[in-house]
Amino acid sequence: MLIVIVFIITVGAFYLIHLLPGDPAVVILGTGASPVNRAKLYAQFGLNKPILEQYFVWIRNVVHGNLGTSFITQTSVWSTVRAALPIDVEIIVLSQILAFAVAIPTAMRSARKPDGWLDRILSAGSFTLLSIPSFVIIVLLVLFVAIKLGVPHTGVSSYVSLSSDWITNLESLTLPAFTLAVGSYVVYYRVLRSDLIATLQEEFITMARSKGISQRRIMWRHAFRPSSVALLGTAGVNIGGLLASGFIVQYLLSIPGLGYTLITSIGQSDYLVVQGIVLVVSVGVILINFAFDFIINIVDPRISRE
Amino acid sequence: MSNSMMYVNEMVEEASAHDRPERKRRLGILFWICVGWLALNVLAAIFANVLPLQDPLFQNYVSINAGPSLHHLFGTDDLGRDIFSRVVFGSRVSIEVSSGAMVIGFGVGAPLGMLAAYRRGKFDAILSSVMYVFLAFPAIIATIAVLSFWTPRSLFKIIVVIGIASIPVVYRVIRSAAMTIATKDYVVAAKVQGATDRRILMKELLPNVAPIGISFLLIGIATVVTLEGALAFLGLSVNPPTPSWGNMINESLAILQTNPWLAIFPSLAMCLFLLCLNFIGDRLRAHYDVSDGKL
Repeated sequence: MLIVIVFIITVGAFYLIHLLPGDPAVVILGTGASPVNRAKLYAQFGLNKPILEQYFVWIRNVVHGNLGTSFITQTSVWSTVRAALPIDVEIIVLSQILAFAVAIPTAMRSARKPDGWLDRILSAGSFTLLSIPSFVIIVLLVLFVAIKLGVPHTGVSSYVSLSSDWITNLESLTLPAFTLAVGSYVVYYRVLRSDLIATLQEEFITMARSKGISQRRIMWRHAFRPSSVALLGTAGVNIGGLLASGFIVQYLLSIPGLGYTLITSIGQSDYLVVQGIVLVVSVGVILINFAFDFIINIVDPRISRE
Repeated sequence: MSNSMMYVNEMVEEASAHDRPERKRRLGILFWICVGWLALNVLAAIFANVLPLQDPLFQNYVSINAGPSLHHLFGTDDLGRDIFSRVVFGSRVSIEVSSGAMVIGFGVGAPLGMLAAYRRGKFDAILSSVMYVFLAFPAIIATIAVLSFWTPRSLFKIIVVIGIASIPVVYRVIRSAAMTIATKDYVVAAKVQGATDRRILMKELLPNVAPIGISFLLIGIATVVTLEGALAFLGLSVNPPTPSWGNMINESLAILQTNPWLAIFPSLAMCLFLLCLNFIGDRLRAHYDVSDGKL
């Protein structure tokens, strides 16, 4: 299944170039392109060869880590991707730590007394947050928090990598990580809450209660593990989605991750970079989903046995 | 997107869970307030031309970046355009794109999902695995990629791309909902009585899938409105100067400190719209007892 999906993605990314109506050389290079450049482009894509052969040439290059060379910056697409990817990973990891750290305890409190006052407040709050898109959160944060507190909120030039200066690095990633964490929190809270409520009605919980096991132990040892399956499943899909939705956040805050690079490349019609990033991110999303399926099987062996 | 994925998860979980004792809830006053607000939005969008609004494209250089006043309810932007009328006209794009995309998504996804759930067998197996493959493909990336390559952009193309991208999700929700209904006694009874497939699909399945479909439709619309906003930030939505909520928020970024109103009002309009959609969708789902509302 994994192979089939990755195959289809490569075909999709490959065809992006061919989806262009008219002569790709004109669309990519513009009407004023010199014949030399046009010939160079044709050679690069092998556009004079049959389409199947073109695909195989292209995929062989991709497998060898050759995503082509940008027409605009004249640097290899792969090196661009490799410079940007760690930033995405770092933001996502930070946001997930934040989201889980808040979602798990609050969901547990909610599930303990469903429809109690605390549950009502938390649920209503999560529902409101659900309706605020990430870009609005960013705008509001910049408007009301960042400008007032002096938290750094923009600047490709001011961005420094984790290894060179981790304090400045973390500072500049606070806002994007927080923004993505808000969206993730809502999803995790709601999924875990409804699953915990269902789990707490199971007989083994009643059994544990009647044995006199403490509330805390019941929640963590008995209820959380079976309920974490739904949470992990959602997290897999959500983290995959974050790679994509993080684009806007990065763009707004000028953080030079994959998303920022993608959007600037779209603006410059740098199609090879767009193609490369689409390919890398799509494959990444799918690998994450499969990794989570694998983790779920470990957490709950019942699933693979069925 | 994660928003709709969560809905799918909850839906699928519920569909596979045991039947629980039914308990009707009242829809509540908040539900009707939300319905009213949405209706107001839609009506305002439809009749924006007729309403006594200022021209959303008229640039009045005398009052630039003005705060809210009686003359300009929401103030003016950096080109002196009236923000209130731009917010009203901007809702058109969101409503058009989301309803258009959902027509495509449900038009294709819903019949296929119902048919797959009813027929089962090979038809279901093949269709479901095809849809699974598309579902695994990150929709927003595909949307961004296609829209950035497919120039010149127009409202129609945006609708088509988002609509097609939504088909697998709709298919999955409708299929899992129809699946539980297709095995119910009354469907079997209809079959035994010799009802035609067409009759069973239209008279037995459709009315019972409809509530779930409608509540998911609302969530879907909310998701597309968000997506359109996101696309606007990437410059992939309708071209300026046409106002859309996303375009306006995007334009406001450059002058966030001088004119916060330009960011606040479209954001507020969008969030309220989304909140109402989500709330109605969630309430309907709880009302028809297909979610965690059975406590």
